[in-house]
Order: sequence, then C-alpha cells, then structure tokens
Amino acid sequence: MITKTVPNVSSALEGIQSGMTLMLGGFGLCGIPENLIKTIAKSPLKDFTCISANVGVDDFGLGLLFQHKKIKTMIGSYVGENAEFERQMLSNEIEVVLTPMGTLAEKCRAAQMGIPAFYTPAGYGTEVAEGKEVRSFHSKKYILEEAYQADFALIKAWKGDHAGNLIFRGTAKNFNSVMCGAAKNTVVEVEELLPPGELDPNQIHTPGIFVDRIFEGTSYEKRIENLTLKTL
Amino acid sequence: MALDKEGIAKRIAKELKNGYYVNLGIGIPTLVANYVPEGLQLEFQSENGVLGMGPFPIAGQEDADLINAGKQTITTLAGASFFDSSTSFGMIRGRHIDLSVLGAMQVDQSGAIANWKIPGKLVKGMGGAMDLVASAENIIVAMMHTDRKGNSKLKSKCSLPLTGVACVKRVVTNLAVIDITYEGFYLKERAPQVEVEEIIQATEGLLIVPNQVPEMILD
Repeated sequence: MITKTVPNVSSALEGIQSGMTLMLGGFGLCGIPENLIKTIAKSPLKDFTCISANVGVDDFGLGLLFQHKKIKTMIGSYVGENAEFERQMLSNEIEVVLTPMGTLAEKCRAAQMGIPAFYTPAGYGTEVAEGKEVRSFHSKKYILEEAYQADFALIKAWKGDHAGNLIFRGTAKNFNSVMCGAAKNTVVEVEELLPPGELDPNQIHTPGIFVDRIFEGTSYEKRIENLTLKTL
Repeated sequence: MALDKEGIAKRIAKELKNGYYVNLGIGIPTLVANYVPEGLQLEFQSENGVLGMGPFPIAGQEDADLINAGKQTITTLAGASFFDSSTSFGMIRGRHIDLSVLGAMQVDQSGAIANWKIPGKLVKGMGGAMDLVASAENIIVAMMHTDRKGNSKLKSKCSLPLTGVACVKRVVTNLAVIDITYEGFYLKERAPQVEVEEIIQATEGLLIVPNQVPEMILD
C-alpha cells in the first residue's frame, strides 16, 4: 500500500505558492474543503486563480478567500449570493471568467483523464463561444473547450483511508470527485480518516491513485445556505 | 383569464409522461413538481448531482450534504442516486434527460433563448442553463408572456445576450401555449377565457394563428 496521509492541514498545503491556480470542490456550501480554505485565508499567500462552481457566501466557503483578498482571477459558473465578491468584480479588482457549469465540470474531468480538449454544444451561438473553434458533428454545432491546468485541487470527501481512497456523501460529491487528480497536487480533507482495510473496495468512489495527500479535517461547520422546509 | 404562475406550472405538468427523467429550473419550473399527474412514474434530476429528488425535509431532517441546484435542502425518494457534476451534465448532454423546464427573459421565433444576462446589470452567471438548452431532448420554457413594463418576451429576435440557439420547442405562458416551428411561433392553445387577439397583441415575433385555437385543459 502507498500511504497518502499527512498529519495536518499545514503539511497538506506544503508547496502552495502565491499566484498558483487552485481547483476547489463544492457546490454552494455543500462539500467545500472548509479546513483548507480557512488555512489559506489566514496565510500570507495571495493572487490565486480559483476554479470553482460558485463563490461561497460573504463569510464562509470561498467567500473567506475574497474577504481576505486572496483571489486575482475567478473561474466559475454561478457567482451570485456574495456581496464582497460582487464589490470586487464591479470595481475590477478581480477578473471573472464565467463558464457553463457542465463545461466547467468537463474541463476538470478532461484534466483528470488526460484529455487535452473536447467539443461541447453548450454555449454555441453565445458569447461563451467567442474566439473558440466551432465544428459540426452529425449536423449539430459544437465548440472546442480545453482541459484546465491547475496546481492544487482542494477536495472535501466524507470518508477516506490511508491509501487515499475516497467516499463522498449525498450531493457533496459534485465537483470534488472530478477534480481529484485534475491538478498537479490533489489534497483531500475528510470527515473520517480510516486505516487501510476499513473501507470496502467495492464502495470506493475515487481510488487513491488520484489523491496525493489526505488528512482528517476538524470542526466541520457544514453550513446550510438555503434551509427550505416542508410546510405542513 | 390569464394564468398565474401556479396555472402555468399546472399546464406544463400535463406534458409529463410515464418514464420521464425531468430537470426543473428555478422559479415557475420548480412549481411543476407539485402537479405531477397521479400514477406516473418519473424522476426529478437536479444538476448538482441527484436523481430521484423528493420534497423539502421536515424540520430536523435537513442535511447539509443534501441540496438541490437552488441550494435548498431536499430529501430523496426510493430509487434515488447521487453522482458527480460531470456525470450529471453527461445525463443532460447525452440526452438521457427527457424534459427540461426552465424560465426565460426572452425567447425568439427561431427557438433562441436569453435567460442569464442583462447588459448593465449585475451578472450572476449562467450556471447550468447553457448546458441544458444546448442538449436537452425536449425544452419547455415557462414564463410570463410580457415583462413588467408590458414588453413582449416572445421576440422576432432576442435582444439580450443568448443562452442558446435553436433549442426551445415549446413555451407556456400566462396567456398561451406556443410551439416553435420552422415558420415561427405557432399558437397551440390559449389560457381559459383569453382571446386570440390579446395573444397576438402580446407577441412581438411572427405568430401563426390557426382557425381554431382550443382553450388549455388544466384539471
């Protein structure tokens, strides 16, 4: 077995530098790498390019990195619900690249799977297609999108083992599993880190080969962004 | 009488068929889930990674790891499954989703749709809308026929930045059911007690009106 465990969040982030490109798993506040984000927010590092579906809320999730002015370029898909992000976008303090969500997911997966580029119909005929190659297949138009190139993928999983095998829970899988192995370094925080043999190999969602470092996170808040209850 | 939002949702629910996998957008489309006809087997997909979505949870049953694309807490029904975002959009792009219902700011007679950006206003991003409209087998738009200022939202050509081209098949509004054909908009049904003339007035694009326009059946 190849052991991927590191003792804590600081050792998990060893080698991270200002100006790097980071992928961050999560959709809304669901499945975000809370410990990794908090540690980067407190660090002196800055000028990151971040790839993530959303931008968190003002005081939580990716929002913490905007609050601490850590981000130079944001590559995302739906960027509402964060006032500080909006302020930085409108005052041109940050560059924002909006990408269709399925394309964003596939640009991660392509990087993970060693595919340099792919054709997708999403965005054809819109401003997203500007400057991109268009090609017809079976009389439908597609645009060429390239795989992302990133330095660190910051991932949150539910359970993992020392070999880096991962299991996600519910809709917290989202972008986390497609970002594993899509960057030069994949760092994973889990709610529960188990010794080898504790996880059933049949149940693994992401095999440890896609993971470089794994550690057990602490003090998970798992905040709910939009609590909606059934009215009885 | 023109329909309200619930009425639009009720009419769209008539489009649901046995065995359908359905993606509902935010706004009026979400209401469609409240009017699923009895006895149909279908599953709702949310593009953040769940099939077999159920109702909102009761207090105390909410789970931070279980949300829909609107980031609302949800539950799952028997037979549900979870998956990653790439697989989720693969279901959409690969045309495994049978019906996608979404809202719009404008639709034009060529089937183009605009629903993500107003120049000069704050842009929140397209989310999954461009993937959905480019790929779904069957796209129905749920919207009001005119905007708050009374301007038609059914245009000869969309004036707002596009979400997708040649994709919308049918529009259900507070006034009418309109199909998009090679010739233009085709008036298929009118809301109860709404006159054809009112629909013509409220439609900016080319509208083909047959001799007989039946009233919508809602219940």
